[in-house]
Amino acid sequence: MDQDVILQVDDLRVHFFTQEGLVRAVDGVSFTAKRGQVLGIVGESGCGKSVTAQAILRIVPPPGEIVGGKIIYYRQSSNNGAGNVTQTVDLTALPARGREMREIRGGEISMVFQEPMTSLDPVYTIGDQIMEAITLHQKVNKSEARERAIEMLRLVGMPRPEETIDNYPHQLSGGMRQRVMIAIALSCSPSLLIADEPTTALDVTTEAQILELMRGLQQELGTTILLITHNLGVIAEMCDDVIVMYLGKVVEHTDVDTLFFNPKHPYTQALLQSIPRIESTKKERLKPIRGIVPDPYAIPSGCPFWPRCDHYIPGLCDREEPDYITVEPDHEVRCHLYDPERKTNAQVNESR
Amino acid sequence: MSLWQLTWRRFLRNRLAIVSGIILILFYLMIIFADFLAPYDYMKTQEDYIFMPPQHIHFIDKEGHFHLRPFVYGIETTLDTENLVWVHKPDYSKIYPIHFFVHGKPYKLFKLFPTDRHLFGVEKPGTIFLFGTDRVGRDMLSRIIFGGRVSLTVGLVGVTLTIIFGSSLGTASGYFGGMTDTIIQRTIELLMSFPTIPLWAALAAALPPDWSTVKRFFAISIILSLVGWTGLARQVRAKVLSYREMDYTAAARAAGASDRRIIFVHMLPNAMSHIIVVATLSIPGMILAETALSFLGLGIQPPAVSWGALLEDAQTVSVVVQHPWLMIPGAFVIIVVLCFNFVGDGLRDAADPFAI
Repeated sequence: MDQDVILQVDDLRVHFFTQEGLVRAVDGVSFTAKRGQVLGIVGESGCGKSVTAQAILRIVPPPGEIVGGKIIYYRQSSNNGAGNVTQTVDLTALPARGREMREIRGGEISMVFQEPMTSLDPVYTIGDQIMEAITLHQKVNKSEARERAIEMLRLVGMPRPEETIDNYPHQLSGGMRQRVMIAIALSCSPSLLIADEPTTALDVTTEAQILELMRGLQQELGTTILLITHNLGVIAEMCDDVIVMYLGKVVEHTDVDTLFFNPKHPYTQALLQSIPRIESTKKERLKPIRGIVPDPYAIPSGCPFWPRCDHYIPGLCDREEPDYITVEPDHEVRCHLYDPERKTNAQVNESR
Repeated sequence: MSLWQLTWRRFLRNRLAIVSGIILILFYLMIIFADFLAPYDYMKTQEDYIFMPPQHIHFIDKEGHFHLRPFVYGIETTLDTENLVWVHKPDYSKIYPIHFFVHGKPYKLFKLFPTDRHLFGVEKPGTIFLFGTDRVGRDMLSRIIFGGRVSLTVGLVGVTLTIIFGSSLGTASGYFGGMTDTIIQRTIELLMSFPTIPLWAALAAALPPDWSTVKRFFAISIILSLVGWTGLARQVRAKVLSYREMDYTAAARAAGASDRRIIFVHMLPNAMSHIIVVATLSIPGMILAETALSFLGLGIQPPAVSWGALLEDAQTVSVVVQHPWLMIPGAFVIIVVLCFNFVGDGLRDAADPFAI
């Protein structure tokens, strides 16, 4: 298989069996992440971004369950000295609480959470928590782990790491705590880092610093990053490739330039129109997306976006679910408008 | 500063809790050094001194002379032939100075060092019964000091068992949820719906009467904690339910920690301050329960003593009216229970992270 693919998600389905009914939080998501790149996942709240990330780490909370699909992880080990050996592991086939999955979690795939204020345990120093992650995965003694923790803190730009290592989380600001979270996530040199809205809870200046830090570390260490966000600005700044999700489905998958300059899916187009532009001088109202995200218990049939779509084709969009359509190399979109047998592209271009 | 240091600092600011804590420490020192502090053997009957009222310590004698060394008067015992009771009157002609570190009944301090020194005493044939004597002439002070051994430790042993059962079952219930949770919670509800006093009484009555004192003591501790753990388990479960949703739990799992590690390294230390507070506040309940059981004659059996067993002698009004000093063990129970409550309140306030 392709050497530079690290993660291949294939028709992943995660359903939540709640008392109110079945929620298809992730319903047939497929994408591939390339080694050493930053893949962005963008979408509104509740579209299944975080659940996708949890599914990759196999930490979907009950009553959620992975009911279908594959998550193929291309595990690389270079211990023989004879070049890299790549093994493929289907993460959905491993027992979620088993030893192998625990080794992958944190050791090879790690995660940075959204809320730095609550993702550190208040009863331990930050040093304890970084050392916990290190000792869980590496055979090192306590002083070596401490050395490594200090090194990690220095790497993430923590001032005076030798002293701050003994601080408790409540003594640090939000940005500093997020740096600690990144240090924990990177402490075992993972090959894939999942960042679930890492800057959403931070103020804008801190956000810029954290993004810069992540970008710098990504280039330095060659870690693949799966960046989950609802902020298109973060996507523009950080990502190489982007997938756009809507109601548990991937609607568009392309590289970052194409996303911003040639979006195809009506949802992506609407998202881009709903953000303010600094260069527009005209007094222009922002264009929000019409309607609201449907109730997760009653997802519309056919293309889930049709009730809000400006290019809705009655009788087709609400009946048939569109398939992935490759409009150009490395640019896939799930929309009937681009079905070559339908020849409706003209309509879209007219309206833009 | 760590959470524990902050908690400790806040606790130190609470005067009432500190004073109560010191009193409790003194009580526990008292039972450790009971052999040394008690002037008499708590089991020794003295037929000449039945139902003797407490003797007073004096510094000034009848003639108005001041004595640097405190003393007690001798006792003159006569039989009141009308009521057929012994009457004890101080004999002002006999003065017995109180001596410290006197030789008395030999014992082994901490069961190791043989000695016969006692803190205080008077020369024979003088007597010193500061809290009076009971119906067979046993020294109440010595009995209270030795009775504290059972009364003060039954709570600790019971609470240790409560913590073990309550925190482990509560954590399992909250963390794993589902079927485990249902079974544990329904069991708790069942246990909580028993009327406690009859349940304890029935269980205590079922203990074989030929068991040794130590066996009986531990059996009673287990009986008391059988119901005691339920409250703690519920509270720990509620805590764990909220910790389970915390991001740091998800973060620990994402870092590759096992269930066991998450429970023991992340959940329990977070719940620990709460567990300690609940435990401290449930010690007085256990002490009172043991007192109640022994008062009913179902707890500690003679010749062993506890404060509740001592109060058993004060069950009738006539006894209380004629020999009010038999109520003194009740005062000790009240003081200890109050102190534990104050310390518990202090700990609760100190462990509250939102307190100023």
